[in-house]
Amino acid sequence: MFRLSKNIVPSLSKALLKRSNQDQSNSILVLLQGPRLLSDKAKPGKFAVQHEDFGRPLYFDAQATTPVDPRVLDAMLPYLVSYHGNPHSRTHAYGWESEAAVEKAREQVAELIGADPKEIIFTSGATESNNISVKGVARFYAPRKKHIVTTQIEHKCVLDSCRALEGEGFKITYLPVQENGIIDMKDLEKALTPETSLVSIMTVNNEIGVKQPIAEIGAMCKSKKVYFHTDAAQALGKIPINVNEMNIDLMSISGHKIYGPKGIGALYIRRRPRVRVEPIQSGGGQERGMRSGTVPTPLVVGLGAACDIAKREMAYDHAWMEKLSQRFLDKIYSKLSHVIRNGDPKQTYPGCINLSFAYVEGESLLMALKDIALSSGSACTSASLEPSYVLRAIGTDEDLAHSSIRFGLGRFTTLEEVDYTAEKTIKHVERLREMSPLWEMVQEGVDIKTIQWSQH
Amino acid sequence: MSGVSKRQILSIYKFLIREAEKFPNYNFRAYAVRRVKDAFHDNKGITDPKQIKKQYDFAMENLTMIRRQIIVGDLYRTDKLVIENVQ
Repeated sequence: MFRLSKNIVPSLSKALLKRSNQDQSNSILVLLQGPRLLSDKAKPGKFAVQHEDFGRPLYFDAQATTPVDPRVLDAMLPYLVSYHGNPHSRTHAYGWESEAAVEKAREQVAELIGADPKEIIFTSGATESNNISVKGVARFYAPRKKHIVTTQIEHKCVLDSCRALEGEGFKITYLPVQENGIIDMKDLEKALTPETSLVSIMTVNNEIGVKQPIAEIGAMCKSKKVYFHTDAAQALGKIPINVNEMNIDLMSISGHKIYGPKGIGALYIRRRPRVRVEPIQSGGGQERGMRSGTVPTPLVVGLGAACDIAKREMAYDHAWMEKLSQRFLDKIYSKLSHVIRNGDPKQTYPGCINLSFAYVEGESLLMALKDIALSSGSACTSASLEPSYVLRAIGTDEDLAHSSIRFGLGRFTTLEEVDYTAEKTIKHVERLREMSPLWEMVQEGVDIKTIQWSQH
Repeated sequence: MSGVSKRQILSIYKFLIREAEKFPNYNFRAYAVRRVKDAFHDNKGITDPKQIKKQYDFAMENLTMIRRQIIVGDLYRTDKLVIENVQ
């Protein structure tokens, strides 16, 4: 090991010395930043990506996850450091203090959505909550009702649960959405049959940020006596939600999207009229038998604190989101043409901005913007190069779906970060377009859609 | 009646800002400073002594929380963000 590095160091420094001989004026700089300069010199020209800045990238992916708020961590730490009891231990003080903390957190979660604390079930996250809701309700009411309604733009875990139910003989209706990403209430009304046991529609979409008309859907489901489940992972704490006013029967909640810890979520499940679900996990019968397994006290306390803060800060955070997103969009639109915002611009959560930059390949833009942590869509599907099914559902053209990027703003995003990101995005979109033959043709007034591409 | 004096309010404001600026994390630091400033600005018009006391206690709670969290943040420092190196 030592000998190896001994051999490498002289040869490296020799190479650097050779470089420093070429321009002796900044030999110290060369020694410090040797590798960086080397890679930049290797491919000169205006088309090369030059990363003049260094440091950790800025976080612009608030839909994937959010950092833990220091106030949340402050509430959690005592339960990681000092109070380690099992909240289900009824025979000693260790158990009692943990139980008290869990029940307080349950109240905090319930408070945020206008529910009764008894209606909150702690789970491992929104994925589990969605599974329990969709599969649980479907299987419990299976003897009488075997039909489920959902949308094409749901999160993967709802769609996959539905796929699993299809294998068990259930009938699933995947509602299409309009071009703005919002469902048509008439489609929903037509889809509901006496056979339908559950409607599952997400509140805020994770990729394009559109808000569905939850109150109207809730009212329709109530009138047709169908249970209504909504995945509110992206909406909770960001827009006001009241389960009674909106007639929501089941709701999925996630901790790490509201500045809480990962690995915790909750399920709201109505008690009056009672919604029954078949549990997925068997065990000690914790959480009213719907989700067995020891409740993780520190995580639950974190979720509770996150909900408490979200309730207090919702209006303040929302105003900040609107300010930031307006500033960002104004900057982008003022400098770039052919930018399409995916999803309805009004019926949306302002912290999620999904833009398609025409004539730019999304992945190359993501690579160029390596100073900013961005995603082209949901984190679950970010490994594949396939265009997002959400964008396909809203009728985005294949080429535009490939050039989409999601900018996720959060509580801790600053004005300076927004300015930096907008500036960098504009710069790199312009650079990439400059080398695109398609962009050149568009500038000359050729309609790309009319081109007949020759086949080889 | 044990009211909160103007001097006490000014002093806790200064303390909060001074501590908030010590957050090692860029985003937490920026948020904390902004939040403290806005909170004091928004509550400028409060005249009810009970409300003032409530807000004062809340500020006190936050001050101790910030102090603890600065210590935690200091224990697990990261490299600076791109934007901090630009400035």
